[in-house]
Amino acid sequence: MLLREVEYVKPSSIAEALTNLAANDGARALAGGQTLINVMKARAASPDVLVDLSGLEELKGIELGSDGTLSIGPMTTYTELMDSAEARARPILGEVCSKIADVQVRNRGTIGGNLCANDPTNHLPPLMAAIGAELTITGAGGERTVPASDFFLGVYMTAVGQTELLTRITIPAGKHDGFAAVTLGVDGTCIVNAAASMNGSLRIAIGCVDAVPVLIEVESPDTVRAAVRAAALHPPDDVHASSEYRAHLAEVLAERAARQAVGE
Amino acid sequence: MNVAVTVNGTVYERDVEARKLLIHFLRDDIDLTGSHIGCDTGNCGACSVILDGTLVKSCMVLAVQANGSKVETVEGLADGEQLTALQQAFTDHHALQCGYCTPGMLMSATSLLRSNPSPSDEEIRKALQGNICRCTGYWNIFEAVKSVAR
Ligand SMILES: Cc1cc2nc3c(=O)[nH]c(=O)nc-3n(C[C@H](O)[C@H](O)[C@H](O)COP(=O)(O)OP(=O)(O)OC[C@H]3O[C@@H](n4cnc5c(N)ncnc54)[C@H](O)[C@@H]3O)c2cc1C
Ligand code: FES
Ligand code: FES
Repeated sequence: MLLREVEYVKPSSIAEALTNLAANDGARALAGGQTLINVMKARAASPDVLVDLSGLEELKGIELGSDGTLSIGPMTTYTELMDSAEARARPILGEVCSKIADVQVRNRGTIGGNLCANDPTNHLPPLMAAIGAELTITGAGGERTVPASDFFLGVYMTAVGQTELLTRITIPAGKHDGFAAVTLGVDGTCIVNAAASMNGSLRIAIGCVDAVPVLIEVESPDTVRAAVRAAALHPPDDVHASSEYRAHLAEVLAERAARQAVGE
Repeated sequence: MNVAVTVNGTVYERDVEARKLLIHFLRDDIDLTGSHIGCDTGNCGACSVILDGTLVKSCMVLAVQANGSKVETVEGLADGEQLTALQQAFTDHHALQCGYCTPGMLMSATSLLRSNPSPSDEEIRKALQGNICRCTGYWNIFEAVKSVAR
């Protein structure tokens, strides 16, 4: 498909990338392109300038701190996360990434792109919300860090402004996590997904049922279903599932993720 | 924008528009029509090529993103008339009918066998997950790949 005409720049520092973004309000960051190029084909968005982040070494790599904190560059691909010895400190990361689409998409798609795209059916927004990730956003005025629970603002909308970049994903130590989804075919698009993490209490984030992941906190897996029911979800209806069925799946999958998190 | 892309060992220098997808660069600009366009949405894998050692869908990459890179396409597999063991196995196992998906299948399986010469059945299936075939029912494709796994 022939895309609409677009300019392309490949900055070599974060500062230069921020300047590129600020220079044109039609400028957009290009990470793995596995959402953005399709969006451009569909003309759902037609950026004037693509700012390719692939030359920015500062946005790559995975570091494991002595306290078990993981610091992940947003340009890290799913395949890199799956293969990383450091990322195994939080095994759920590689586990969930291995369920995204297929080899080719996992070789290009990045953790930062997945979060910034904030497609309600994506795998990583609920996961980041459940495990308590912190997201560092950089703009001309400096850096700020927001918890994942405040990062997702609406369908395809996040706390990252047009002149800003997501520059780091920080994940605290922890191992007691779970993820469950009903998908369109093995490793396909999620109809509903849920991520859970046990850290004193159980924190559960449900995806595909609202514009942003729905957060629920409970004491034990036995009370998850009641808590999801109390959240009175009104999930979207589409050709794959009715709203009622999605609401039912939300209960079942939240409980499954919770039981995995507590090791049941 | 001027780009230099090494495709199957030959450097191609071209002036391309930023909006051009890598698949169109391959097919239209340098006349390598082995890689196919099926869905143009990143779903079918017919356009799969190996970019700097990693398998990608070339309808999901811009040509300018491949500037300075090495691309391998299906045309680069055989040595003259001499097919690779994998290509021969596709023939022997009747792993293609119309052949539309075959270039992508071959690139995915080539990429798998390079990094993992002894894949398990499950690993072969996972490696071909991004490639859709509307003819064979997949079984013969799986058998062909398995027959050249060590
Ligand atoms: C066939 C297919 C199936 C898929 N199935 C799934 C699936 O089941 N689950 C799933 O989760 N995903 C799926 N995806 C989407 C895929 O995971 C994408 O890779 C991901 O959504 C976006 O990541 P990206 O690196 O490709 O980002 P891009 O497409 O390059 O960018 C996405 C958006 O984020 C912005 N952006 C990217 N990085 C930054 C940054 N650092 N700072 C600020 N803004 C930034 C871009 O401007 C753009 O708006 C699928 C994709 C395809 C093609
Ligand atoms: S044409 Fe590229 S994945 Fe179908
Ligand atoms: S052989 Fe026809 S699509 Fe695979």
